[in-house]
Amino acid sequence: MIKKLQSIINKVSPILAITIILAVWQLLSGTGIVPKFMLPSPADVVKAFFKDFNLLMHHAKTTLVEAFLGLSLGILLGFIVAVIMDRFEIAYKAIYPVLIITQTIPTVAIAPLLVLWLGYGILPKISLIIITSFFPITIGLLDGFKSADPDALNLLKAMGATRMQRFVHIKLPSSISNFFSGLRISVSYSIIGAVVAEWLGGFSGLGVYMTRVRKSYSFDKMFAVIFFISIISLLLMMGVGLLQKAVMPWERGKAGGGE
Amino acid sequence: MDKLTANHISVSYDGVKIIEDISIELHNGEIVCLLGVSGAGKTTLFNVISGLLKPDTGKVELDGADITGKAGKVSYMLQKDLLLPFKTIIDNVSLPLIIGGLKKAEARTVASKYFEEFGLAGTEKKYPHQLSGGMRQRAALLRTYLFSDKVALLDEPFSALDTITKSNMHEWYLSVMEQIKLSTLFITHDIDEAILLSDRIYMMTGKPGKIKEEIRITEPKPRSKEFVVSEEFMNYKKQILKILEGS
Repeated sequence: MIKKLQSIINKVSPILAITIILAVWQLLSGTGIVPKFMLPSPADVVKAFFKDFNLLMHHAKTTLVEAFLGLSLGILLGFIVAVIMDRFEIAYKAIYPVLIITQTIPTVAIAPLLVLWLGYGILPKISLIIITSFFPITIGLLDGFKSADPDALNLLKAMGATRMQRFVHIKLPSSISNFFSGLRISVSYSIIGAVVAEWLGGFSGLGVYMTRVRKSYSFDKMFAVIFFISIISLLLMMGVGLLQKAVMPWERGKAGGGE
Repeated sequence: MDKLTANHISVSYDGVKIIEDISIELHNGEIVCLLGVSGAGKTTLFNVISGLLKPDTGKVELDGADITGKAGKVSYMLQKDLLLPFKTIIDNVSLPLIIGGLKKAEARTVASKYFEEFGLAGTEKKYPHQLSGGMRQRAALLRTYLFSDKVALLDEPFSALDTITKSNMHEWYLSVMEQIKLSTLFITHDIDEAILLSDRIYMMTGKPGKIKEEIRITEPKPRSKEFVVSEEFMNYKKQILKILEGS
């Protein structure tokens, strides 16, 4: 009984917190304590969202395509790099510091360079997404490969398994959980990367839309697109969670005690 | 005829002798035990026989062929059951067949034939964490058998089980062995287990690991539960304890 109550409280509390924030916000801008042109009320934001709904969907499509392409290539690159680093100790030692350094460079700093080099098309966007999204994948996979049980690897060796067989039967499945932790981060990075790249130039995309509404001081639309972006990211992260459950059937019902 | 022989095996690591001049043999259908204190180099010897480790000197032969340093010839079951958590029991058990080149579906068909015999019926589609310790051990043993039906090396196969499960597993193990006649070399530091299961016992002493003595358990098989509390059993035990004290 107490446990049940606890779980209800756990579920309700974040909803309550969000409701309170929205209520305070509505109160502040609705009553004019904060001028409306500076901070539109939540109701205004929702209105703006539905008014521009078709336009937003059109831009979202561009951004999602970029994010999808960039993320796919990022995963591919991350996978290749991780496999090479796991296979060759020297590659691990050589590449690891370089990887860390790439992550200390702020996205917004390299984005303008990419636009200068690659133009206003889809290329600079995809490049930026690859750069930001491959890192969590690589690290996730590497940790996963390293987490493989050495005794299990020895057992397969004793069975006469080739290196490839050991990789497929043990290392790869051992890394799935870590891979998905990385993917969850990469998915949100890919959306952010796309938007940042679009700010600096482009013909459509949520970042382009954002720049336009900012220039026309439409704060309600500005907020609408910001929320829209975080909702997209949240939905994608949820999608990753569902995908993980689907490909890891052995994890099901583990928490509740198997027997 | 000798199924498996290891002749004059020595291994040193970082200049320290781990095992020195060990020679053992295993006959067809025999269950032979390596009994000794921890750190006597029993696992090292198994690593040599399984081909994971190359000895400094000595030779391992299976059916007369030299298999020194060659993995994949004799099957090896390590201390933990080592069932892969992300594979179902049927896939875990058929893994050695897949490694050996069979297609997944074929391997499953071959493996599924043994589930009844090993008391594993109904567990095919389950994951290891859904099984009890004893059942997991049975699955691990079936996997070991499918890996090679010639010779199996078992490294403390029942040490992780509680006493009651262990006793049940011994009974089960002896009855399965009656049927499959797998030549087995196993490690234990449980004296009762060694006497109950083995045809012969090699007593090992450590630093460096050596075979101190060989004891033959003449009690015919299948052995009943009463054997454990019989006078012959106690005599074997006294003999073994005496040797261990002397070392």
